[in-house]
Amino acid sequence: MNKPAGNGGTERHSTGAWLAGIALLAVLLAVIFFRTPEVPFFQDLPHMDLFRRCFFILFLCMALCLYRICRGPTPPDRAVAIDILGIVIVGFCAILAIPTGRSWYIDIGIAWALQSFIGALCLAKHLEGKRFDE
Amino acid sequence: MRSKMVRAALCFLVWLGLTYPPHWESAVVGLAASVFVAALTGSMFIQRPHLLGHPGRYFWFLIYVLVVVWECFKANIEVAFLVAHPKVPIRPGIVKVKTSLRSDTGLTVLANSITLTPGTLTVDVDRENGVLFVHWIKVASGDIEKATQAIVARFERILLKIFE
Amino acid sequence: MAETAGIVFIVMGLFFDLFGCLGLVRLPDIYNRLQAATKCVTFGTCSIMFGVFLMKGFNATGFKALLIILFLVLTSPVAAHALARAAHISGVKLWRGSVIDRYEEDKGKKE
Repeated sequence: MNKPAGNGGTERHSTGAWLAGIALLAVLLAVIFFRTPEVPFFQDLPHMDLFRRCFFILFLCMALCLYRICRGPTPPDRAVAIDILGIVIVGFCAILAIPTGRSWYIDIGIAWALQSFIGALCLAKHLEGKRFDE
Repeated sequence: MRSKMVRAALCFLVWLGLTYPPHWESAVVGLAASVFVAALTGSMFIQRPHLLGHPGRYFWFLIYVLVVVWECFKANIEVAFLVAHPKVPIRPGIVKVKTSLRSDTGLTVLANSITLTPGTLTVDVDRENGVLFVHWIKVASGDIEKATQAIVARFERILLKIFE
Repeated sequence: MAETAGIVFIVMGLFFDLFGCLGLVRLPDIYNRLQAATKCVTFGTCSIMFGVFLMKGFNATGFKALLIILFLVLTSPVAAHALARAAHISGVKLWRGSVIDRYEEDKGKKE
């Protein structure tokens, strides 16, 4: 397999970019808290006005992970982002189980946690350049 | 034989948790499945079953869990501070630390708890020499002894009582 | 009472999840990203699960939430360790601001 050519990341940290990022994050969080978008399902459940905000914060986390998956300069970066995305989705499934009261959402969470762990191990083996049965 | 029994009991407990509330049909199926799995995997995972009978070890394990949760909380606060800081003040590097643990379980638990505590991540384990390679987000010193003092010492005392 | 405590735990978990994912984007190289992401996201999700357990009490959902905490604490550091080792073996260099790399030195000695 071809080796990744990364020199270990080249990102710089400037104050302007930091301010822009903080502003963007603040705007997004303000939208989530004060003008929460409607979800098209489960509208009339108890606690839904709280959990809708939770869902959108988790969507924000997933968007950050997806950014790293698309942008990541080396293959291991993408693998890490995929692993983290799996864990965030497990949390999402668990929160979904509370307002709806359906316990099988959390079964999806368990299955997803185990599957994502095995997937991460397989990706790690592949990146080491071994076969899966070594 | 004893390790197989312990393993079957553990599998059965996990099965009961997965199929809560308990019902006798699912319990029978789970018992059969856990005995089958224990007979297949045998003594792969629990190699020294005589250690499971010491109550003092469970007490120290409880204390260890509390220590790790507290360290983990501190780790999260620290990483959140690092991430939110405009300049990202990090000094990363991979250092080498020594450990006197020898058993597989002890080394695994030590490596996992190093990963979960502030600023450190286990990269590789050299089991023959008892050496761990640790990625440290703020390297205080590259010296083996000092790094060992800073990273491993707080867990090792308790882990020696549990696993050796 | 238990419900309020559960909501507090869930909100704390969301906070840490958000910071973990921010770390995934902001930090410079894969090892640092792995540190931030693994620690914060694991602890955040465990906190969410504990909140779910507090809100639901001892029933099917609560028990499964506790089991997920167990799985995550056991598996997530192992996955992080495997990915870090794979990255180092496949040749990803450390960030240029890094101070020291004993692992590279040792690998050089062996070969």
